[in-house]
Amino acid sequence: MTADVWVLIEHQAGIPKKISLELLALARGLAQALNGQVIAFLPGAQVAGIASALGHHGADVVLIAEHPALAAYTTEGYTAVLADALREAGSPVVLMGSTAQGRDLGPRLAARLSAGIVTDCASVAVADGALTVTRPVYTRKAIGTVAFAGDGTKIAVVLPGMYTVPEEDAGHAAEVRPVEVTADLARIRTTVRETKTIERETIPLTEADVIVSGGRGLRGPENFAMLDALARELDAAVGSSRPPVDSGWVPHDYEIGQTGKTVSPVVYVACGISGAPQHLAGMSGSRYIVAINKDPNAPLMQVADLGVVGDLFEIVPKLTEAIKKERTKR
Amino acid sequence: MNVVVCIKQVPDTEAPIRIRADGQGIDEAGLNLVMNYYDEHATEAGLRLREQFGGTVTLVAVGPERSKEALRTGLAMGADEAVLVSDPALDGADHLSIARVLAAVIAPLPHDVVICGKLSTDDNAAVVGPALAEFLDLPQATAIAVLQMDADGTVATVHREVEGGIEVLDVPLPAVLTVERSLNEPRYPSLPGIMKAKRKEIGVRTLQDLGLDAGSVGAAAARTGLVRLDPPPKRQAGRSVDGDAAEAVAAIVGFLKNEAKVL
Repeated sequence: MTADVWVLIEHQAGIPKKISLELLALARGLAQALNGQVIAFLPGAQVAGIASALGHHGADVVLIAEHPALAAYTTEGYTAVLADALREAGSPVVLMGSTAQGRDLGPRLAARLSAGIVTDCASVAVADGALTVTRPVYTRKAIGTVAFAGDGTKIAVVLPGMYTVPEEDAGHAAEVRPVEVTADLARIRTTVRETKTIERETIPLTEADVIVSGGRGLRGPENFAMLDALARELDAAVGSSRPPVDSGWVPHDYEIGQTGKTVSPVVYVACGISGAPQHLAGMSGSRYIVAINKDPNAPLMQVADLGVVGDLFEIVPKLTEAIKKERTKR
Repeated sequence: MNVVVCIKQVPDTEAPIRIRADGQGIDEAGLNLVMNYYDEHATEAGLRLREQFGGTVTLVAVGPERSKEALRTGLAMGADEAVLVSDPALDGADHLSIARVLAAVIAPLPHDVVICGKLSTDDNAAVVGPALAEFLDLPQATAIAVLQMDADGTVATVHREVEGGIEVLDVPLPAVLTVERSLNEPRYPSLPGIMKAKRKEIGVRTLQDLGLDAGSVGAAAARTGLVRLDPPPKRQAGRSVDGDAAEAVAAIVGFLKNEAKVL
């Protein structure tokens, strides 16, 4: 099997998103196994400035599809442009992030191209000549191994946080090629009215190496400020289990679990979260788990790498101070 | 406004599952099967649109005969009709094929809006909704958390949670929408609703009825296939610290620095 590996680049404010750099790292390994090139596909309006960074992160070729109608993501605009480019490309492997965009686009693109598609991949590898992925299923009560069949285009939508972004290699330069946008983008039927930024003290959950998360044990919305303060010191994102969302303490986009987001940070710091199966479904893929809870028998304490029995209202502020000191040492 | 809601029957997420010895699926014996959680929200959204604009809510499912039970849950909530596509030739079909079958059922039905759950909690794919939109050649909005219809029911304004923000999107009807759990609170089936749903005829169609060929939507057409299911890696409890706050803080800082290496 010989194939190129395409990576759909997501970007914001002229900077590629972390998930796209993770996918370039994955693509390098796959391209080696498949004797192909890493092709970064970069759609947008005025995005050429991003291309060189993609080369430094492992792309051999950057295809730039620029058009004013591609400035904001739309399902139909991106599907049309990517489908046109992929039809010219033989049958590559296509990687995109399991993000609001990737989950919206991947299946539609697969349907248009009659391509194989697997979403929420935790790993993607070439095994016995076949492209094979693993993914959590049944609310993470099982891990499915899925293989692509046939010769056509294969789309893998990959969970964030599964691959490490290597150091930039300034010596690795990509060949940059513009793609002629011939799709009729006047046919896009949906209109993006606006994207409202959620005012947050901290970074998005899917971009974070460290997540600080609160549960029922926080007792009220005002106490999430304590987690924000800790998160700032750790460059972390703030999330929650389901009870704080159901109680209206934090909005739904905080929720980690079966009915919220699936995350896999390097460290997950759970504060006052008992660890219902519904929550474990969203975070048990974290590399390390630290749990702070009054109850030593809470289910989350049974899976934590470090379980701290104690009063989070006493521990969290002191921990924030200690980390601040630790950081100023350096 | 005529609404079609896609339904899937799945194992109750509260219950444990048993992976079959051959790894080719789960053991269904004694398994409590329910309507996919997100499909309850999709049904609720459909019922609210009918209350606002009139019209009908039709439920459509693809699956084994037992899927009728999930359809009856939706009928008991208040949906008007239900259709099941059941055909042994669909064993081993991939998600794109299921979307093709749904499109074949829905295309001849009046459909101003087609609503799906954002994913099903069994295989967690989130593929069928957008693929269905493609096969019906309709605009789509996925994982919506807010749905507002304009006064004459021609354009839906929806909110989607995107990384770090909320995308506000206008979607002209007809369209396919997939829904988040924060969209609404599904109603409970009423007792008269349950009685009525029991008596309701659920039409069952085969691939032949739909003019589809098993070769184009069955296992032979699948572009992906399950190799096996495994239990997730067991996480062992690590160290436990039970002391005063100073000890706790020292332990956490040490862990973040020396083991997790994020400090």
